[in-house]
Amino acid sequence: MNLIEADALSKTFDDFLAVDRVSFQVGNGRVMVLLGPNGAGKTTTIRMLTSILVPSSGSARIAGHDVVQHPERVRAAVGVLTEHHGLYKRMNADEYLDFFGELYGLRPTEYRQRRDQLLEQFGLAPVRRQRLGEYSKGMRQKLALSRALIHEPSVLLLDEPTSAMDPASARMVRDAIHSLRSRNRAIILCTHNLAEAEELADQIVILRRGRIIFNETTEGLKRKLVGVPEYRILFEESVSERSLPAGDGIRVHSQTAYQAVVEISQPQTNAAEYLRRLVNSGYAVREFAQIEQSLEQAYLDAIRESPENAEGSLT
Amino acid sequence: MNLKTASNHIRRELHPAWVVTRREVRDQFRDWRVIIPIVVLTAFFPYLMNFTVSQILDFVAQYGGEIIGERMIPFLLMIVGFFPISVSLVISLDTFVGEKERGSIEPLLDTPLKNWQLYLGKLLSSTVPPLLGSYLGMGVYLAGLALRGITLPEPAVILIIFTLTTVQALMMVSGAVVVSVQATSVRAANLLASFIIIPSALLIQVESVLMFWGRSVQILWWFVLGLVILSFLLIRAGLSHFQREKLLGREIDVLNFKWILRTFWQALTGKARNPSEWFRISVRPALREMRTAVWCVSALGMVALIVGWNLVKKLDFAIPIDSVQGLNQNLQSMLDLAFFSGASIVMIWLQNLRAVLLTGVLGFLTFGVAGTLPLFATMTLVGYLVHLLNLGGIPMLYLLMMLLPHGLFEIPGLVIGTGAIVHAAAKIITPSNEQTIGEVWLQALAFWLKIILGVCLPLLLIAAVVEAWITPRLLLWLF
Repeated sequence: MNLIEADALSKTFDDFLAVDRVSFQVGNGRVMVLLGPNGAGKTTTIRMLTSILVPSSGSARIAGHDVVQHPERVRAAVGVLTEHHGLYKRMNADEYLDFFGELYGLRPTEYRQRRDQLLEQFGLAPVRRQRLGEYSKGMRQKLALSRALIHEPSVLLLDEPTSAMDPASARMVRDAIHSLRSRNRAIILCTHNLAEAEELADQIVILRRGRIIFNETTEGLKRKLVGVPEYRILFEESVSERSLPAGDGIRVHSQTAYQAVVEISQPQTNAAEYLRRLVNSGYAVREFAQIEQSLEQAYLDAIRESPENAEGSLT
Repeated sequence: MNLKTASNHIRRELHPAWVVTRREVRDQFRDWRVIIPIVVLTAFFPYLMNFTVSQILDFVAQYGGEIIGERMIPFLLMIVGFFPISVSLVISLDTFVGEKERGSIEPLLDTPLKNWQLYLGKLLSSTVPPLLGSYLGMGVYLAGLALRGITLPEPAVILIIFTLTTVQALMMVSGAVVVSVQATSVRAANLLASFIIIPSALLIQVESVLMFWGRSVQILWWFVLGLVILSFLLIRAGLSHFQREKLLGREIDVLNFKWILRTFWQALTGKARNPSEWFRISVRPALREMRTAVWCVSALGMVALIVGWNLVKKLDFAIPIDSVQGLNQNLQSMLDLAFFSGASIVMIWLQNLRAVLLTGVLGFLTFGVAGTLPLFATMTLVGYLVHLLNLGGIPMLYLLMMLLPHGLFEIPGLVIGTGAIVHAAAKIITPSNEQTIGEVWLQALAFWLKIILGVCLPLLLIAAVVEAWITPRLLLWLF
């Protein structure tokens, strides 16, 4: 079942088209990462999915509820971590989470239990009575995330959840996102942290100027944008006198005395076969490893504004 | 639905608003910038006013001016009440725009709260604490007077001042919300708040004058009524524009003159290519659109006529003219002096134009409420003078002939002008998902101007011509 469905969603502000016919689905237990440069339309998309902005055209459903027809039901089903955490600095963590628990219609026993659980989970229990104005950036972000989770929503929309966090806290939040996925939720994550995106995403959507230019799995993104996988081969002895075998989806990209880079299409079947072929031909192979294809490079390629990378060629 | 179910439903619906109010009030009581002014204004300031009153009473008594001292007591009560409620403006601007600026409003908008629940919660939290401070301050002031052995104002006067203070606080807060929806920063909101604080201060001055005049303080109940209507309209306008999309849609305050002019011009002209097409495709539909407003204003005009007619019993002035001959002699001398000439036409026309413009200015400042005053005053005066002259011996037929020839154009001109401002105000307070508050205002302004240019001005010009050239001659010819 798809908990999040967007169908040709568009939003225009006066004459400015902020989001242009965006469509995607996010299924149960899956994490979709929304990438794109600043001003690409990520926040506008998120705001339409939370029924804050009314779409100019198209439709969207959250947990089965239409964002225009049933905005209250949509908001009750969604937990949002906004770009600005927006805490009330004169409150403490207990008061803050109780306030939102009440607004989400939970009973006092429910929200208090949930509050205690979240404060423990994010390591905020020792500072629960401290004024939020005294919290560090990381602590504020963790509390904002707790707020998004207070009503156990089936859909989570997280805008930069680990920004301004120290590595340990960021790890804690990423682990929390992993665990939340296993509990039958759909999550959309907006981030500029590509390592985080690579770690968490089942699906990556890249927006540019309000349009989806890519909607694929992480591996699919790399394959499509970086090209055929490359393998680095290190030799015990010099191979400068010999030409490495090629053909059948294999192309030698570069070759020096003790090293070569080879492109292997369909590596699942061809890589092992090629290695066997080299060894059988008498090459003393010391190392045979795939070159790490960086998501960052793939992302930068995707958003590059050159005509070759126009929308049509990427999707 | 039985009573219990209905009351449970109402309680359930109001609960989220109450949760918002409770949080905001608790937050305010933790903010020294709010607490200190309220404490000072509710404790120290009334004491200072007590001292002032006793000094004034002693001083004026030396010169036999006790009445000035007496009038000063309720006036200072009003001032003591007004100061704490002025804090409500600061709180409401902060609670609406401040939250927007600090980014704390978005998590609230992400909750299942309905727009009106959030609005109500914030409205109450901005109004109640300063109002309680105000009541407390007035209580301290009255207690201080009693302790000093100074005669307290009559209970009716105290009641009216408490009521006025309450509705003024409501009016200021509801006005602040309208300002807040438009502004994107507290700084901009504070600047725009002059549109609330200056009229409020002027209102206090008018109320003070009436109190010192002292013929009847009961006249202030009319102010209460006007403020209640105005607050209702402001709340309606605030509610209609207090929408999630509008709260987050604007991020910077930029004056786009090109856009302003284009929007206004399109609304005014309806993209017509010439005046006759303009009248056909733009003015005529606008006239049809404002039918209800014209009927309401006509009814108001009738009420004003009746009020004026009956006013003769209370204000019975003796008039020097008591016969048709006397009036005709006056008319003849004016004709001989070329009083009814081309210059008179311009003068009459400009005079009526001024009345229509005043209607517009007052109407736009008060969501149409005070825009009806010029028509009401004119019709009251007409009713009063007709009855007075009739009682003085002038036949009704003569009086009708004195009014009707030009009145046939002038009265519809005034009624339509007033109807236009009432309808324009109704447009402003009507919810619109498609338009921003700025667009709504521009279109309302264009609508009003369209009616004034296309209908009122020509009607009033004809009326001026008839009034200067035809009416006096017709009267002399007939009588």
